[in-house]
Amino acid sequence: MLYAMMIHTDPSRIQALSAADLETAYAEYLELAHDPRCVSFAQLQPADTATCVKGDGDRTLITDGPFADTKEVLGGFCLIEAADLDEVLEMAARSPAVRWVGGTIEVRPVAQS
Amino acid sequence: MLGKIFRDEWGRVLASLVGYLGDFDKAEDAAQEAFAIAAQRWPDTGVPDNPGAWLVTTARNKAIDRIRRERTLAAKLHLLGAPEAVADEVTDTVIKDERLELIFTCCHPALPLDGQVALTLRALGGLATAEIAAAFLVSEETMKRRLTRAKAKIKATGIPFAVPGARLLPERLDAVLAVLYLIYNEGYRGRVDLGAEAIRLGRVLATLMPEEPEVHGLLALMLIHHARRDARFAGDDLVLLDEQDRSLWDLDQLAEGRTVLGRAYALGGRGAYAVQALIASMQTREPIDWARIAQLYGHLAALTGSPVVELNRAVAVAQAGDPAQALRAIDRLDLDGYRYFHSTRGELLRRLGRAEEAKAAYRKALDLATSTPERRFLTRRLDEF
Repeated sequence: MLYAMMIHTDPSRIQALSAADLETAYAEYLELAHDPRCVSFAQLQPADTATCVKGDGDRTLITDGPFADTKEVLGGFCLIEAADLDEVLEMAARSPAVRWVGGTIEVRPVAQS
Repeated sequence: MLGKIFRDEWGRVLASLVGYLGDFDKAEDAAQEAFAIAAQRWPDTGVPDNPGAWLVTTARNKAIDRIRRERTLAAKLHLLGAPEAVADEVTDTVIKDERLELIFTCCHPALPLDGQVALTLRALGGLATAEIAAAFLVSEETMKRRLTRAKAKIKATGIPFAVPGARLLPERLDAVLAVLYLIYNEGYRGRVDLGAEAIRLGRVLATLMPEEPEVHGLLALMLIHHARRDARFAGDDLVLLDEQDRSLWDLDQLAEGRTVLGRAYALGGRGAYAVQALIASMQTREPIDWARIAQLYGHLAALTGSPVVELNRAVAVAQAGDPAQALRAIDRLDLDGYRYFHSTRGELLRRLGRAEEAKAAYRKALDLATSTPERRFLTRRLDEF
């Protein structure tokens, strides 16, 4: 089955990591990105580069920045081909977002046509 | 007679069918069909030697028939090509027990907790949806939706039908034990004794995972508590431990609980359930060694970090003869919204002769009490001043 992992982290906690910890975390990210089960992987630019387009009746509104009030923002996502949910949950639990900066990973199956 | 066989076999038959068909709903339909045939035939033909294997084989054949019928129909409608050949003879007479896989699927943390509880009672306990609904005081329609949602999530998200690997097992087993204990603590509701139901499931789990100390610890805890259920109430009134009529205790169940506890300890069990079972067991001795129980609560508090356990430790300290120290200990706890905190404070203040403060504490407990027996108990206490 194909799953999406949406990785949410608090950027201030990443900034607070020591240089050595950051290096280890990055190495672990690369490991995840190169896992053969990882079909595609994208790390996003910081949230202040975001632009939102919203429908409002027959107009569209273009605004700066994400809507989220929470400190955690979407930092990246990947698609994982795995046998079952547990396999993905294990990968997520081992990811640096969860282990190093207390982030949240939302796991959802991808709709198959 | 048939009813008992059906209840005992349901979980095993369903587990085997979920494993075989890979689909909860299809498995349930097939199982129901097989049980209906058995109910019709067995009174005349007698119960087969291996009723479980008979039921699984019959259910598998029914499921295969149904799949084939659906395919034939589809073929007639020219929607699909020729139906594939399906093996129609099931020859295994020894049916593999897959109830453990089923338990871990039902108690998967990706499911909402109320769904885990309902599905466990339905799939493994063999309770009807209406019975589960009655036990949890919701409509049958609500319970049906809850079960449907849980099964749909299992299918859509690919929750595995498997016993978790070594790395995941400890936390997943904790989740299973938490579901069983939650069911146990629902107690007697409607027509269903959920306490007895949880014990039945606990026995199954102990058979399937004989080497896990906390499985035995939880089963022991439930048995020892359940053995005292008839003594806990007099009519509608709550009876405290030291006022309970011990002749109402179920001594066989108590003895079984102690045997199971022994097994937990032999396996090296020092976890939270085993320690609670030990405390419960020591509370049935005469006289009760409260000083040692206070020590055990200290151990349990270190394991769980729970302020409620600290509260219980304070009660044991008071019972051991030092209510002043107990009061100092509980006044450090942050449990203002917890009714037993206030009733315990009231009790300690009463023993220390501080009547006005005691009454105030009992009134606070009364404000927070949720059940009629509790309210009556606290009102009685207040009337005694």
